[in-house]
Amino acid sequence: MSQDSGSRIEGRGTALPEYLLRLGDDRLVLGHRLSEWCGHGPVLEEDIATANIALDLLGQATMFLRMAGQIEGQGRDEDALAYWRDENQFRNASIAELPRGDFGFTILRQFLFSAWAFHHLGTLATSANAELGAVAAKALKETRYHVRHSSEWVLRLGDGTAESHRRAQAALDELWPWTGELFWQDEVDAELRTAGVVPDLEPLRAPWEAMVGDVLARATLTLPAGPMRMSGGRRGRHTEHLGHMLAEMQIVARSHPGAKW
Amino acid sequence: MRENSQARALGILDTVKDPEVPVLSVVELGVVRRVEVSGTEVTVTITPTYSGCPALHAMEQDIESALLAGGFERVILKTEYAPAWTTDWMSEPAREKLRAYGIAPPGHVAIDQLIPLGATVRTVSCPFCGSANTTLESEFGPTSCKSLHICHACRQPFEHFKAF
Repeated sequence: MSQDSGSRIEGRGTALPEYLLRLGDDRLVLGHRLSEWCGHGPVLEEDIATANIALDLLGQATMFLRMAGQIEGQGRDEDALAYWRDENQFRNASIAELPRGDFGFTILRQFLFSAWAFHHLGTLATSANAELGAVAAKALKETRYHVRHSSEWVLRLGDGTAESHRRAQAALDELWPWTGELFWQDEVDAELRTAGVVPDLEPLRAPWEAMVGDVLARATLTLPAGPMRMSGGRRGRHTEHLGHMLAEMQIVARSHPGAKW
Repeated sequence: MRENSQARALGILDTVKDPEVPVLSVVELGVVRRVEVSGTEVTVTITPTYSGCPALHAMEQDIESALLAGGFERVILKTEYAPAWTTDWMSEPAREKLRAYGIAPPGHVAIDQLIPLGATVRTVSCPFCGSANTTLESEFGPTSCKSLHICHACRQPFEHFKAF
């Protein structure tokens, strides 16, 4: 596994904390992007809905990051992991860090991610690691509501006005290549799969494509063709967007280290 | 002696209310899973509701201060994620209290299914006038656990505690 200077995760037994960072960071980063809508939603109900979904994701991130810190055993809790790691130490899939764009972009991204999370958490809930399974089962319940909310909006936007359809299709065209990274696996996955702790992501691809394809077809949107983009988010290689986002997200904590309220 | 202490602790916990739904105690909500007393030390095991529920932290603090004020010298809080909290744990009297307070209580949870797209949402009756002539305004309300509805009969908006 590649070393990156600041992560301090080294030696034996690092696979599970590393995997937990991936799950936690997906939700921390995506939750933050959603929170950027607070006060700027197109209608009040959507402002509230987006903030609630962000809150669910941040709560899930808390559970995964807390577990990562506990297992890592170097005294880092969820706050230390969230606010004091640098960009190359984050393990989210890059789709989460893309700027929020217009409402269509946010909805399409939420739909593609939540549909993936629904399938992933569904299998993760049967993990040989009981605590991980319990956290996944809990996150799955909220994810069902996220899938429903975002898919209903995909229908309205895709099968809506000429403008909403144009924006939804543009969003889908931009997002689709980033979905490949959600199914990317390395030796971290392999080690944990052998132990029955995490699922193989490859068999999840077909049901995810079926679910997504069905909704997009009903929304009169066209599935893009073309290659997947892999920036290497799972290894700490991110797009140019993450650094800026973290600067905003971490500035208060870093300006006042150790502050409590 | 221990049974009395346990009963006393539970009695105290019955006075600790959900800050967002102040008619329900943390016991009725199903957040408190277990109470164990050992001398003047009490251990309370809780299960969080929604992952990001901000009220949970307030409830934990209220649980601790209520038990300390009630004479216990040490309060230990433990968190259990499994089995996952579900509104199915809410008792009939608790649901009635919600309705009386003006929040439509949750229905029962459909097991493991994805909520179908475009399916008719289970009709929620207005907690104020009882009419079934209501519409869902928003799946998410002022809190994650509640949705917003409008009653066309009495023209009042109301919250509904979602089945979860």
